[in-house]
Amino acid sequence: MIIELTINGEARTATVAGSESLLTTLREELALPGAKNACEQGECGSCSVLMDGTLVCSCLVMAADCDGAAVTTIEGIASDGVLNAVQHAMHDAGAVQCGFCTPGIVIAATNLFAEDPHPSPDTIREALAGNICRCTGYGAIMRALEQVAEGSS
Amino acid sequence: MTTTSTEHRVKGGVGESIRRADGIPKLTGNFAYASDLFHDRMLWGATLRSPFARARIVRLDVAPALAMAGVLAVLTQEDVPGEPLFGLERRDQPVLADGETRFWGEPVAIVAADDQETAKRAVASIIVEYEELEPLVDSEIAQQSGEIFRHARIRRGDPDAHGDIVVEGYYEMGSQDQAPLGTEAGLAIPDGEGGVDLYATSQWVHADHEQIHSCLGLAPEAVRCHPTGIGGAFGAREDMNMHIHACLLALRTGRPVKMVYDRAESFVGHVHRHPARMWYRHEADADGQLVRVEAKLILDGGAYGSTTAAVTANATYFAVGPYRVDTAVVDGYGVRTNNPPCGAMRGFGAVQSCFAYESQMDRLAAELGLDPLELRRRNALGHGDPMPTSGQIVTGSLPTVEVIDALAAIPLPAAVDSEDARHLPGGTGLTTPAAAVRRGIGYALGIKNFAFSEAFDDFSEARIIINPAGAEVHTAAVEVGQGLISVLQQIARTALGMENVIVVFDDTGQIGSAGSTSASRQTQVSGRAVLDASTALRAQILERYHGDDLDDRGVWKDGEMVATLDEVCADGPVEHHIRYRHPATEPTDENGQGNPHAGFGVAAHRAVVDVDPELGLVRVVRIDTAQDIGKALNPQSVIGQLEGGTLQGVGLAVMEELVIDGGEIRNASFTDYLLPTFLDAPPMEIRLIEDPDEWGPFGAKGIGEPPTISSTPAVVAAIRNATGRALYRSPVRPQDIVGL
Repeated sequence: MIIELTINGEARTATVAGSESLLTTLREELALPGAKNACEQGECGSCSVLMDGTLVCSCLVMAADCDGAAVTTIEGIASDGVLNAVQHAMHDAGAVQCGFCTPGIVIAATNLFAEDPHPSPDTIREALAGNICRCTGYGAIMRALEQVAEGSS
Repeated sequence: MTTTSTEHRVKGGVGESIRRADGIPKLTGNFAYASDLFHDRMLWGATLRSPFARARIVRLDVAPALAMAGVLAVLTQEDVPGEPLFGLERRDQPVLADGETRFWGEPVAIVAADDQETAKRAVASIIVEYEELEPLVDSEIAQQSGEIFRHARIRRGDPDAHGDIVVEGYYEMGSQDQAPLGTEAGLAIPDGEGGVDLYATSQWVHADHEQIHSCLGLAPEAVRCHPTGIGGAFGAREDMNMHIHACLLALRTGRPVKMVYDRAESFVGHVHRHPARMWYRHEADADGQLVRVEAKLILDGGAYGSTTAAVTANATYFAVGPYRVDTAVVDGYGVRTNNPPCGAMRGFGAVQSCFAYESQMDRLAAELGLDPLELRRRNALGHGDPMPTSGQIVTGSLPTVEVIDALAAIPLPAAVDSEDARHLPGGTGLTTPAAAVRRGIGYALGIKNFAFSEAFDDFSEARIIINPAGAEVHTAAVEVGQGLISVLQQIARTALGMENVIVVFDDTGQIGSAGSTSASRQTQVSGRAVLDASTALRAQILERYHGDDLDDRGVWKDGEMVATLDEVCADGPVEHHIRYRHPATEPTDENGQGNPHAGFGVAAHRAVVDVDPELGLVRVVRIDTAQDIGKALNPQSVIGQLEGGTLQGVGLAVMEELVIDGGEIRNASFTDYLLPTFLDAPPMEIRLIEDPDEWGPFGAKGIGEPPTISSTPAVVAAIRNATGRALYRSPVRPQDIVGL
């Protein structure tokens, strides 16, 4: 079927197979490979995007259900090449190693700060618990996100 | 020209925590990983895998797949034009099954089709009749049956030496998956002249290249392996997986072929950490001085050789730990079974034996009534001492006592004082009241060698090119996420005196090998190559103009510019190319005695855990570490390696294990194979001990592996301390704590 959706503010159409996930559509049809495929079970959060303002694992969303939806991917987070506060803080804190989890973490953290600008460290950990990072041990990511939460980044 | 120079210290050089050059692309979704690569007219490849741990292939009929619309090629072992076998240490693994499958998930056939779905459906349509054979899945039986990849043997000291205090123990470690978030992926592009270019996940493109071109039956220059974007490695990228397959399909179809494993396939598509069984006997005198250590180690290598021989050697050479003892008797066996193949993972053999010897050191301390750190301090190995196993004299730095003291000085956290479920074992599952929690503290030390060993010709090539825009560092070293770009950039800046430095990753046709991104070696070996090449190039340019300084503008003498960078490059870019070899290592004799290693480092961890002993739940409250790093070239990156490596060790202590049953992996998914999350990750305090080493650039040591070695036994020791249980295996499962 053909779906029409808004991605990062831009109207797009895509031809999708019945069982296809939003992740597949983004990566294979729409040339937006920023969302990553690391588990396809909703366990790791690497494929996180915002769908109508809600944080979702795009691997678990049927593309056919996105007809008419507004989707924000990692490619739409920085505006005109200017990093947002989460990206900026993560860059400064050394929170990126291999970077495969990074798009999902940026999306999930950006979503958290939109809902709660000053979350506690415990709240940050809970909000990000669906995003697995295998490289950093989460230390540098937490330092970055705590800075954003304190409004000092 | 009257421009004057001031004495300059280049920005972004060694010792700074510079921002990563690949940071912004990775943060904005613009970094191209192997799995993101596309090409016009690209096909997708897929792999048919054996559903049995061991079986004879009675019939293999690919006709149904070939008949499908959109399928362009279906290949089996008969279609491999060159060497039928590949392998890192020994070529013993068929590119595609050779009539018998020897592990669950062994590749049998490969398909290229217009899209991924069609490729997968075509794989499912291939008809294979198997005669199932009895698999060998018990490593002890394999050892007794002589199915041995390597027996590493240590006989050192006085065979009759004995101590008054004796502790014996048996230990086991489960198999760990590297679980890099990026799965195996690559794109093979035929060059139209019978050759092929491969962009695939790797830790060492030159080692890939050697295996690929020979299996393809092509001349070396017809195959080029290109470094590409890699989502983590931790050892899983050392061996071939889709590399030869994608090239075969691309050459057969004449079209680019992409292969990407999904997570389930990734679990069977790469080698894992060796599960181990270990028997130990420690003997000490009444003061706690070690007198004799005996050990027998069996590491299950699985069906094919991979790096089992070297992993077994490491487990054996480091079987005693960073301790002085005059008599050591160790037999390490790497055995062949029909379990999934095992090979490299961060720590490379030193992880398994560390769990056992540190468990033993705690038992010995308890037997002697000594503080566990005091026992370790009394036996601490240091600079100038012989290694307890090989007898090799430690000629570099080894500040074991300083590491212990720095760890001991980190303050301990407050006792359990919260009813907040998020701070209790079981978390918001609300399983555990604070009053039921028992706290435990555990310590462990570990030791690891750096770079390749036992006379391996271990080198790295680097080329520094200066053009009017600045300097380029050319290398084939693979950046897997660890921060190699930054560290090479920093070394070149400091050595050249120039700030405009970029790192260019060359393919195998453009530069010689940089060696493997493993064994904690790239900062040391490729870093030293970049240092030496940069230093030589700077000297060469200064000599040409009789100058006394070089910067991004040009050459200076007595504060005045004598040649601009444009003038320096008037006849074209200037460059210097070197091949750096670290100090030679040697094979050991029949008793394992000699000089097999190029240097050593130690680390120590202290774990604090809260345990619900009734339900067997563990919360790692914090884990602190001190590590012997030589010199921090980029402190932020160093800390990132220590935190990340430590958490992998914590995972191995409390949750990470491949459940292998009859040769079959039962938990090949992120739902069933548990990885530490934000909520599992404890805070860490880190102490960097800087005691410059012999040959690494600016005294730097490798740092990537030690954090993953001593963290696991420290956590298990803390759980023992909390529960009083012996806990002989890692990971510790709830049933082990409850005593079921």
